[in-house]
Amino acid sequence: MATHKGFSIRTIGSATIDGVLRLGYASRFLARTVMSSGTSFTRPRLVIRELYFTGVLSLIIIIVSGLFVGMVLGFQGYHTLQTYGSESALGVLVALSLVRELGPVVSALLFASRAGSAMTAEIGLMKATEQLSAMEMMAVDPISRVVAPRFWAGVISMPLLAAMFSAMGVFGGYLVGVVLIGVDEGSFWSQMQSAVDFREDILNGVIKSVVFGLAVTWISLFEGYDAPPTAEGVSGATTRTVVTSSLAILALDFLLTAFMFRGV
Amino acid sequence: MMERSTLDLWVGLFVVAGIGALMVLAMKVGNMSGVSVGDSYSLTANFENIGGLKPRAPVKSAGVVVGRVSGIRFDNEKFVATVSMSIDKAYKFPKDTSASILTSGLLGEQYIGLEGGGDTANLAEGERIKQTQSAMVIEKLIGQFLYSKAAEGGDKK
Repeated sequence: MATHKGFSIRTIGSATIDGVLRLGYASRFLARTVMSSGTSFTRPRLVIRELYFTGVLSLIIIIVSGLFVGMVLGFQGYHTLQTYGSESALGVLVALSLVRELGPVVSALLFASRAGSAMTAEIGLMKATEQLSAMEMMAVDPISRVVAPRFWAGVISMPLLAAMFSAMGVFGGYLVGVVLIGVDEGSFWSQMQSAVDFREDILNGVIKSVVFGLAVTWISLFEGYDAPPTAEGVSGATTRTVVTSSLAILALDFLLTAFMFRGV
Repeated sequence: MMERSTLDLWVGLFVVAGIGALMVLAMKVGNMSGVSVGDSYSLTANFENIGGLKPRAPVKSAGVVVGRVSGIRFDNEKFVATVSMSIDKAYKFPKDTSASILTSGLLGEQYIGLEGGGDTANLAEGERIKQTQSAMVIEKLIGQFLYSKAAEGGDKK
């Protein structure tokens, strides 16, 4: 029994040490990426190419989901609000929930599964096929040539995607609330405008999405760079990217919300 | 591989659309065009009871938003609430302006209503509005109503 107990405590210990080691390795990886991102700014073409893959190709999924989330919010919000005879507050409900929470969070979740997984698979496969080593042989730093442009592309495109998601969501809420159900258009917009504050709500939403973009790209790039160079390793890393990013987004969102909107 | 100019076009469109979405959020959804803090002056007023007034609640005159509530404190010497407001510089109010706490709609949010008087001198930065009317507290109102009803009933008998 005693050995068994000792074994389980040892498992906890080794898991903790592994976790801390991995976190330290990931932090050093992030620091190295930021330090060696000079190439990304002297050769912006590298970043533009990655912006196309992470940003432009994620547009369809972001726009369509934003529209549908907004429309569903319109239906559900109307259903609850009309019980209290305050349908005119529908605009406030749709806009605030999108700008503060759903816009940054849902678009970051979609971004993690659409662009993050692709980044992990690409870099993992580059490592498995020894393209990264080949670059090193040619005295090209793979971090500054491959990793850093993708990092900045992710950080830049995330807030833009989140803003588009929120804007499309508000439009979807307008379609359902005003056009379909017939809530008064004037009160829909005017109540929304008097309740949504630029600094307090919109800017905080943007800050959230920048943080999420940082976290998601960091996790995806690190998982790809750290993946065992086998088919199994790359597939495992891709799965881990989506799971870890999603959990990180939700946990960070809780923390940021607790800081930003406490008691408001 | 995609042609370079096509790639540039798409990325350019993406960035422009993203910034455009932010602008739409700021202008159409948010109150960016509303009262800004930069060019404003502050006034204070003492209220016996502020009800559910909150910081950043609007200050209206004749229904037009002229400023925002910037802070609420409790005056521990006079036992009243001191409300400070920042008013847009574009609007001037005479010295004998009265401030009252009103409610938009039956259950809506509370705001401060300013009513200009006839004085020729205007309120300046940091001055206090002397005539104030507290928020209506619904429990007190019901209490008064019941009391007056009871008094009427007593008279008839």
